[in-house]
Amino acid sequence: MAQEPADLPAWSLPAGAGDRIAIGNDWPERVTRDWALGDATGKGIRVCILDSGIEAGHPRVGAVENAVAFQRGEDDQIELVQDTEGDLCGHGTACAGIVRQLAPDCTLYSARVLGAGFKGSGPVLLEGLRWAVEQGFDVINMSLSTTKRQFAELLHELADKAYFNRTVLVASAHNMPVESYPWRFSSVISVGSHEEPDPLTFFANPSPPVEFFARGVGVEIAWLGGGTILSTGNSFATPHMSGICALVLSKHPELTPFQLKSVLYLTANNVRGGR
Amino acid sequence: MSDLRAAVAAGALGSEENYRELLQSIVEVARSIFGARASSVFLHDEESDELVFEAVAGEGADELIGQRFPSSTGIAGWVLVTRQPLVVEELDKDPRFSRETAESTGFVPKGLMAVPLLHEDEALGVLEVLDRPQKAAFSLAEMELLGLFANEAAIALDLLQKARAARAVLELEGGEADALARFAARLDEAEPEKREAALQLLDALGKLLRER
Repeated sequence: MAQEPADLPAWSLPAGAGDRIAIGNDWPERVTRDWALGDATGKGIRVCILDSGIEAGHPRVGAVENAVAFQRGEDDQIELVQDTEGDLCGHGTACAGIVRQLAPDCTLYSARVLGAGFKGSGPVLLEGLRWAVEQGFDVINMSLSTTKRQFAELLHELADKAYFNRTVLVASAHNMPVESYPWRFSSVISVGSHEEPDPLTFFANPSPPVEFFARGVGVEIAWLGGGTILSTGNSFATPHMSGICALVLSKHPELTPFQLKSVLYLTANNVRGGR
Repeated sequence: MSDLRAAVAAGALGSEENYRELLQSIVEVARSIFGARASSVFLHDEESDELVFEAVAGEGADELIGQRFPSSTGIAGWVLVTRQPLVVEELDKDPRFSRETAESTGFVPKGLMAVPLLHEDEALGVLEVLDRPQKAAFSLAEMELLGLFANEAAIALDLLQKARAARAVLELEGGEADALARFAARLDEAEPEKREAALQLLDALGKLLRER
């Protein structure tokens, strides 16, 4: 019985059944930047900013389709509520503005897991990510990480679940050899900073665990109150990569995270297709 | 107070003072190397979920130590919760930020670099460097240098917290340390024979505690 590969997991392949799961692949002999994202706008791609919320109506961000918040309720349970407060610190708004700049027609969602104090931020982060993965967003931007080893295993499971459910998790790496998560997992796209001024310039790192370098130095970011400010950090390199992922996916929605990562590799500025 | 207790207390107090000095010297060096107007270390007080000025070099050094603010506010708050270093410039363009910062720190920085202080799997606090001289652009090399200072500051902050915890235990009247200190005082006063017997008993007790 023929089955679409994406429907149910297949655990084995009978003899001679290779043809039944033939995967259409129209990749050109040479995958170029233009093939990957030329004329793409991010249209139809759902990007979730897992962060501190998004300021409503910020001119750099535009429309936000839905905004939810995760918070500790009574008896320490983590509750999901509709977010009515927007952004409490500005970090999420900055990330959303960068994604919007690169992929102007993508659909933005906000899941607030930061801003309600530092205590218990790990479980709130986990719940937020679990929700975002269940929603099946195309791209989840995570410009944050946790150093708590107790959360590493659950984060790892969620990152793998996202990977196999066709959700691309883009996560900020550290610019120091720090053990933190989820950026160190191979199922996510981890991002560090380069110093070039072009927002679409990105490099594949031949020496992981940081996999890609995107623009993260001297970036004009959206700032609370409708303004902008100049900032530097991997926090802002990450949404550049998320925006690039949204562009590629809007042009090639069939790509799995594995294939998308391959396209990013082939079209990176330091690899053949990107030159 | 017994001699032992006095000695241990003096050790804990002494080391606390030393670690404070170490932290202070780290912010002094950071400020000097970056040619910055000020540099500070914030400790995250888990109990109250606040950030506390623990060491300050340069502008505001006298008044700020001990001042607190909620851990989720400001750029130090971003850095603590996201575990990501961050540089923000042109801050003076933002009147809201300027006012809030001026109220808490006494001056408005034009720009700042902030980095989380990570030790083992904890984020202990934040190191900030304020108003380094305006150069063409901020470089990743500076970020790396800041990371090295952060490693030092995180170790010093960890030691400082441990010394404080040790002192808190000693100050706890009637606590275990107090009982041990009283025992040491009796041992000091005892006749040689009794003293020998007490030490043998203590030795046996030690063995008993090691067994399951």
